Amino acid sequence: MAENLKGTVGPEQQFKNFLSEGKFMIQRCKSLNKFFFHPRVAFPGSGERDLEWVEASGNGEVYSSSCNRRLPEKGGDFNLSLITLEEGPRMMARVEGIDPDKVEIGQKVKARISSLNGEPAVIFDIV
Amino acid sequence: MDQNDINRLRGKTAVVGLAESGCGLASGWSAMEIMASAVHDALDDAGIKLREVDGVFAATAFHSMAAMSLSEYLGVKPKFADGSQIGGSSFLSHILTAAMALDAGLINVAVVAYGSNQKSAGGFKTISEAMPYEAQYQPRMPVTAYALSAKRYMNEFGATREDLANVAVSARDWALLNPRAYTHQDGSLTVNDVLSARPIVDPLGKLDCCLVTDGGAAVVMTRSDRAKDTKNTPIYLLGAAMEHHHRMISEMPDLVQTSAIESGKRAFSMSGYNPNDMSTIQLYDAFTINTLLFLEDLGFCKKGEAKELVKNNNIGPAGNLKVNTNGGGLSCVHPGMYGLFVTLEALRQLRNASGDDVGQRLDGGWIDNAKLSVAHGNGGVLSSQVTNIWGVSDTL
Repeated sequence: MAENLKGTVGPEQQFKNFLSEGKFMIQRCKSLNKFFFHPRVAFPGSGERDLEWVEASGNGEVYSSSCNRRLPEKGGDFNLSLITLEEGPRMMARVEGIDPDKVEIGQKVKARISSLNGEPAVIFDIV
Repeated sequence: MDQNDINRLRGKTAVVGLAESGCGLASGWSAMEIMASAVHDALDDAGIKLREVDGVFAATAFHSMAAMSLSEYLGVKPKFADGSQIGGSSFLSHILTAAMALDAGLINVAVVAYGSNQKSAGGFKTISEAMPYEAQYQPRMPVTAYALSAKRYMNEFGATREDLANVAVSARDWALLNPRAYTHQDGSLTVNDVLSARPIVDPLGKLDCCLVTDGGAAVVMTRSDRAKDTKNTPIYLLGAAMEHHHRMISEMPDLVQTSAIESGKRAFSMSGYNPNDMSTIQLYDAFTINTLLFLEDLGFCKKGEAKELVKNNNIGPAGNLKVNTNGGGLSCVHPGMYGLFVTLEALRQLRNASGDDVGQRLDGGWIDNAKLSVAHGNGGVLSSQVTNIWGVSDTL
């Protein structure tokens, strides 16, 4: 099935393309009815390949958080968190709109698509 | 294959020579020169000639094909080589692979080596590629990953930055007894020193993070039948196991449980000993959180209880657990991949207790009657976990 990849793009590029269109999409394995992240060519661990893209609800919860210290002239401190999505998978992202050191584990967050260094990026806000 | 077959490696090989080179600052020396110097010194220590080396195992952050580059530099034509790169724990897995190759008769003398001039060359050095799905957020790897684990650990178990700081305080106390340690002259640390150090990635400050130094190391391994006839006390590999569950921190299944739970269980099982039998405990402490996680995951206490175990300097020189007796990555040496230094300290403690001269320590720096050491390596972002159990001949 994957012998000839010509004319197609892989899941990583598809994910980025969706983001460029303003959509935060994650993959779901149909036979297992399970979501996963990051995007892959098959379900991790058991290899099912009946995958589909589903728009994420964007609802999530802070699993852990860190405040990365950076000089003000280089952009200042920024938050970096791990977010557990309502659908189950976890991802790295920034939580914005709050002091970077005030993000706490368990806080509910909501995704939006913003941009970082000219690339579309999933960013979360505290709900 | 049942467990008995796997355990056939128990005690079949031994380290007969070891050395470090260029630890601290080695301005004017390349990573290869530092590594090769350690190999030659380790062979001298073993009393084995370079031309007898037929197995070469190496990884660095400077060479994409380290085993091949090192073999060429040494002028060795290995019959088996392994340059597997799984981060700082690579060398502990090389030791397992070397034991397999020696036991299988593929080779007769193995060297496992590492070298780095990162400090004199400008700072922390990595050849890690940018992680997809993480890089665009610009994490300060590896610190951010360990900070995320530390934050989660503190949240789940009610631990505090003071609990993390206790680890750094004890590591420094060991370094004060070890003239080889980079911070040997720097004086002791207080919990408050650690808490008030410059924040790097909250909740980790500068003194929660390992040193950035130069340095190289090497060990020489042979089959145990030959090891008996070398000039030093052979230290036998009694158990070894590895496991990893993720590469990126965002893929770590549980931020407070590492795959050391699995590597430790299998390594101890192979050795026939329990954590409580260990005379010394050498853990890869790239950050203070590591020591807490590995004490738990290797079975020295239950999950969430390491914060109690490290209180009152209990892992320091006067404590009950002899943890990171060289001063660790936090206070002795950390050239970027610390695994072989974990191994060196595990071995040196056993050789010193057996009467070999492996250097001077201040009173209390050597562990009397040490017979068994666990060396535990970590690589990536709490990713690859490799556990080696070492013992003197009485423990075979």
